[in-house]
Amino acid sequence: MKEYWRSLEDLLPEEDASQEKKSSVVLSDTSESSKNTRRDFLKYFGFSIASAAVLAGCERPVKKAIPYLIQPEEIRPGTANYYASTFYDGAEMVPILVKVRDGRPIKIEGNDLCQMTGGSASARVQASLLNLYDESRPAQPMLDGNPIRWEDVDTKLSETLATWDTSKEFVILTPSIISPSTKKLLKDFSAKYPFVVHETFDAFSYSALREAYKMSFGQPIIPAFRFDQTKLVVGFNADFLGTWLQPTAFGRQYASARKLTDGQRDMMRHVQFEATMTLTGSNADERVPMPAVDEAYYLAALYAQLAKKAGIAVPSVDAPQAIVKVADELADAKGKSLVVSGTNDSNIQRLVVEINYLLENIGKTILVDRPLNLFQGDDKAFDGLLTRMENGNVGAVMFWETNPLYQAPLQGRTEEAIKKVPLRLAVQSQQTETALLCNYQLPAPHFLERWDDTELVSGVYTLTQPAIRPLFKTRSPQENLMAWAGFEGSYYDYIKLYWKENIYSLELAKGKQFESFWKVSLRDGIIAGNPASASIIYQGADISAIVKANATATSGNDLELVLYQNVPVGDGTLANNPWLQELPEPVSRVCWDNYVSVSPAFAALRGWTQGDVVNVNGIELPVLVQPGQARNTLSVAVGYGRSNAGRVASDLGKNVYPLVELSNGHRAYVISKVEAVATGSTYELAATQSHHSMEGRALVRETTIADYLANPASGNEMHEKVEKLHTTLYHEHEYKGHHWGMVIDLNSCIGCNACVVACSAENNVPVVGRNEVRRSHEMHWIRLDRYYAGDSDNPEVVRQPVMCQHCDNAPCENVCPVAATNHSSEGINQMAYNRCIGTRYCNNNCPYKVRRFNWYDYTGADTIPNNRMDVAGMTLDLKRMVLNPDVTVRAKGVIEKCSMCIQRIQDKKLNAKKDGRQLADGEIKTACQQTCPADAITFGDMNDPNSKVSKLLKDARQYGLLEELHTLPSVVYLTKVRNKDKNKTLS
Amino acid sequence: MYVSPVREPLISGEKSYSKVTEDIYAPMTGKPGKFWFGGLTLALIALGFGLFSIFITVWDGIGTWGLDRTIGWGWGITNFVWWVGIGHAGTFISAILLLFRQKWRTSINRSAEAMTIFAVMCAGLFPLIHMGRLPLGFFIFPYPNTRDVWVNFNSPLLWDVFAISTYLTVSLLFWYMGLIPDIGTIRDRLKEGIKKKVYWFLSFGWTGSARHWARHESMSLILAGLAAPLVLSVHTIVSFDFATSVIPGWHTTIFPPYFVSGAVFSGFAMVLTLMIITRKAINLEDYITKAHLESMNKIIIATGSIVGIAYITELFIAWYSGVVYEQYAFVNRAFGPYWWAYWIMMTCNVITPQLFWIKKIRRSFAATFVISIFVNIGMWFERFVIIVTSLHRDFLPSSWSMYSPTWVEVGIYIGTFGLFFTLFFLFIRFFPVIAIAEVKSVLKTSSEKFIKKGK
Repeated sequence: MKEYWRSLEDLLPEEDASQEKKSSVVLSDTSESSKNTRRDFLKYFGFSIASAAVLAGCERPVKKAIPYLIQPEEIRPGTANYYASTFYDGAEMVPILVKVRDGRPIKIEGNDLCQMTGGSASARVQASLLNLYDESRPAQPMLDGNPIRWEDVDTKLSETLATWDTSKEFVILTPSIISPSTKKLLKDFSAKYPFVVHETFDAFSYSALREAYKMSFGQPIIPAFRFDQTKLVVGFNADFLGTWLQPTAFGRQYASARKLTDGQRDMMRHVQFEATMTLTGSNADERVPMPAVDEAYYLAALYAQLAKKAGIAVPSVDAPQAIVKVADELADAKGKSLVVSGTNDSNIQRLVVEINYLLENIGKTILVDRPLNLFQGDDKAFDGLLTRMENGNVGAVMFWETNPLYQAPLQGRTEEAIKKVPLRLAVQSQQTETALLCNYQLPAPHFLERWDDTELVSGVYTLTQPAIRPLFKTRSPQENLMAWAGFEGSYYDYIKLYWKENIYSLELAKGKQFESFWKVSLRDGIIAGNPASASIIYQGADISAIVKANATATSGNDLELVLYQNVPVGDGTLANNPWLQELPEPVSRVCWDNYVSVSPAFAALRGWTQGDVVNVNGIELPVLVQPGQARNTLSVAVGYGRSNAGRVASDLGKNVYPLVELSNGHRAYVISKVEAVATGSTYELAATQSHHSMEGRALVRETTIADYLANPASGNEMHEKVEKLHTTLYHEHEYKGHHWGMVIDLNSCIGCNACVVACSAENNVPVVGRNEVRRSHEMHWIRLDRYYAGDSDNPEVVRQPVMCQHCDNAPCENVCPVAATNHSSEGINQMAYNRCIGTRYCNNNCPYKVRRFNWYDYTGADTIPNNRMDVAGMTLDLKRMVLNPDVTVRAKGVIEKCSMCIQRIQDKKLNAKKDGRQLADGEIKTACQQTCPADAITFGDMNDPNSKVSKLLKDARQYGLLEELHTLPSVVYLTKVRNKDKNKTLS
Repeated sequence: MYVSPVREPLISGEKSYSKVTEDIYAPMTGKPGKFWFGGLTLALIALGFGLFSIFITVWDGIGTWGLDRTIGWGWGITNFVWWVGIGHAGTFISAILLLFRQKWRTSINRSAEAMTIFAVMCAGLFPLIHMGRLPLGFFIFPYPNTRDVWVNFNSPLLWDVFAISTYLTVSLLFWYMGLIPDIGTIRDRLKEGIKKKVYWFLSFGWTGSARHWARHESMSLILAGLAAPLVLSVHTIVSFDFATSVIPGWHTTIFPPYFVSGAVFSGFAMVLTLMIITRKAINLEDYITKAHLESMNKIIIATGSIVGIAYITELFIAWYSGVVYEQYAFVNRAFGPYWWAYWIMMTCNVITPQLFWIKKIRRSFAATFVISIFVNIGMWFERFVIIVTSLHRDFLPSSWSMYSPTWVEVGIYIGTFGLFFTLFFLFIRFFPVIAIAEVKSVLKTSSEKFIKKGK
């Protein structure tokens, strides 16, 4: 039906009304919905807060961080404290500073107050920190396999000592004791119990060296050697830069005598005669491979040559060419030369002593009046001890951090002798093979957990102080003796008293009260006074019989076996250390195993190739073809094949100590009766470098001293050419503040690898294990590339430390899709680990291949459970205590690399800022630089014209690695210089 | 329209429009055969193995691959580039050949495009899973975020992200665009049921009206216009991953054209491999004829020869550059530890395609099948040679190393085959393998029936 409207009003108001209605609907709608929204909003709000809280609670486990009830004054969270202490493992002694963060020691550095080491530390010193957090350490006292309380140990042993049958000895077998307080304690202890006998056992024997000095100087000493005072060093099988005596100190001396910076124009010349290719030999200006069995002959010939020159009648020896030439050189460098031998043979050592005497080196480069207290062990005395043990004269033996069963098994004799002793005690901070034979296994603290002192050279004292409370139920051997003897007080009191009575009186205190003297000593860690000069003079010795007996060379056709200590593992005491096991041996660059080094010629003769397993005198080991090895010499490193050392070291490599025999009463590490046959099986060694030639590329640039003196840029001519050709379309970075740079002096670097461990400790670099190294998955941020050149029988060796070059024109930076690696305003190539998604493109595009990818979860930083790759226990809570909290622990799947220790840079910058001063040059030291014995690394601000780095950059020897790529690296190398006449070589 | 009688017919047999529809629709009806079920099962097993390998990779880490500190990319990126290359044929055929009015493309463009899409999906998988931290892979997109971090537009890897995703999108659109009329046809042939509803939905209301056709045609042209440069750009950008780097063997300006022609080369080979089987398996011999074979083989000779010239140019430039690293890289390729890979590549890519100069061979299905497989292998090795042999010995000999894949990497590669064939088997079952509408469009000019009439 139609709708009729009656009037216009009838029609229009309706329209109006509808409009009104519309608008009112809209209004009411809004009010309605807003009402709902408010309530909904509150509901959602409440729900999300609750779920967020619940979820947050689910995801993050509560970790306890308990604050101090009373805040100790010196501890500020987040700030590191450094405590002076001393490293001594029975072989090397190095004064150190222990970096402690929030109660945990996290880094060891050399004590820079020590003149001997100048703040440097070897790889083993650096790595010893990790032994503190070793989960395999003996954790509590045991008696016959059962746990026992310390109180009960004390009661039982006090009683035993009180009721001792005095016809029997109570032997305490220690490593060389260099602690004056301990020596006094041992004296006091044996004064109370006269049947107590103190014997010394060195893991690696130097007793022939002492005997030789006894024959010529009347005293069994080891003198101080001064490589820094030499112009010519001739080494005979002595790896003095790697393992012999005091490698850290010698490395420093050696490098300082060979530096060509700071206006120094002449460098010491180093000639090495050796059978095994050692770190030291690979640094020599000239190296002559020599059969180890002929060492006495070579030295006799050298002695005869020199004696002839001096007009002394000696039996004539037909000298090899090289010896004749070296004799001439030595004669020209009288008083400025040094001849050393590392062989534990008294005839050889006596020849060396006499040669040095003829060369007038005594008192100049060999300081007999400042004898070292290291390696006091006497193999003949040890032999006597074994005899007494066999004869039943010994009622008890206490192995005080000694492991003779492993290091000197002497064809089973040691084991038999130990078993004949009724009471056997092992006091040890680490598991040992010997301890397994003991009734009592008494855990000792790590050296970072206890007090001690040392006197390396008379008149130079250092203190060892605890940097952390003992982690386990341990007690130091000294405290044991004090408890059993009923001495009052702690060993700390004992040391302090000793210092008050003996050292304070030496006028070292300079007028201070004892307490302040003690505090200063503790703070500095080292106190050096005028050495009590021992009056040791040459008494003369006739060695013509030795010369005569060695007047001819052996046929040279017989196989010989040389057992040596390698740089990472040494004598095997610290073997249970992942950082050391992962450290590549500096020459072979193999880690996690020992092996038989054979010369390329011999390998070819036998048809052996690398990795073939051969049986050498009953021990099966893989072959490593080692250029430079003497033709018929096989070499195997000791320190491996630990059967009871803990999780890491057990069953790594093979133990060759059982092959050591006594010769002239000394433990001989050269074995002349050798049978070696291939077994037919193969074994893959974990090597970090598989290609050994530079392929003619100008990576390590070198020259000879004569060329260098004529033209400082010699060998580096390419640098100027490349600089001229450098051109770019792009803007270069502008550095308004600092511009960090690093200079590495290839002429100083001795390749000791200390920097590698220092870097790992500082930067939480993961340990990946043997199998991962085989797959080239090693993670080290700094590596020492080693190349051979020339003749494979006696190659020249060059080394190059390579870390991130922090290119100003970095190929890695522009390829990262997420900008995780970028350039800082101070020239550092940075990694933002959080941002990295792991495409590895940067790694591919890095010409230096210094970037490292986290292939697996090595450190436990990943969120996925049960996927860790941890062969060395590095993800255990205990071992993770070693992590540096200033450096991010990288998760699986990210790239990492050298940051130039950015945390150290920031720290020093902030300190300077807080003090309101300019940052001083040299204040910032990277971890690698800090520990370098050779001072080969210099870090600083290239924008500061007066910085050391800027000065070194003006050196004509400087060049960038692969500089022709125009990557503009901030790391710069200085050419290596050899002190060698190209036309006049020894061999 | 006049067609020269000399021209070979593109469709043999006396085909009417409805016959064409029936022929092509036939494989989609009835129960699938044993061949189909067997093939799909195999493909699914391979896919499952691939997924397991991916799981291992993500869970345990890239360490499960054979890569190391020197070689950051291995099989993963090799497979990525290989699959992307294979994904070049489809769009090349449908876009560039459309623009060049090549009628023979109508019989093969559908399946070639499908292959493209599947191959690009397989390819896209690798850049994702080769990341160390896949869950954070979204960092690669330039999305606004509170941390103010942005992606690095200088990185070729980022360009890849855009290139590949754009290519996949456009290819998918293009392919679907072409499918719509055919889906409409299928819809109309189906009886009521779920199947019909699905096709009804997928056909987007296609009625075949003149207006629909007009829009379809113009849209096809627009997409072809968009896709044609993409065919060239995708592999160009993939080649930038290498060309912009400093690594000897990667750092070369020849890469973009060399990669593109290589991609078309391998893509065509893959299309041939599959088509030769498919035409036999589902009775499409009349639609894919020797004429098609010959045309495609001609493109293979052309692109294969470009690739060959590129190889030789690379060698010449390496020598001519005077750069020791560059020279070593190429000597090492040919005579280093991976010499076998280089010579497989040379043989398969340079020598075998030259056999197509012989007419008998290029018109033989059997010979083409064998050679196409050779080309596929050769092109895989080309990428392996470029990636692995360049990386394994670069600047510093101290870091040189060797690479071999682990089972995980092999597993993922097998998995991508699984994915590819799973999708392919589903495709041939549920969509017409040949573009029905497009074939019909050339029926009047190029089928045997009409060309005969012209006589």
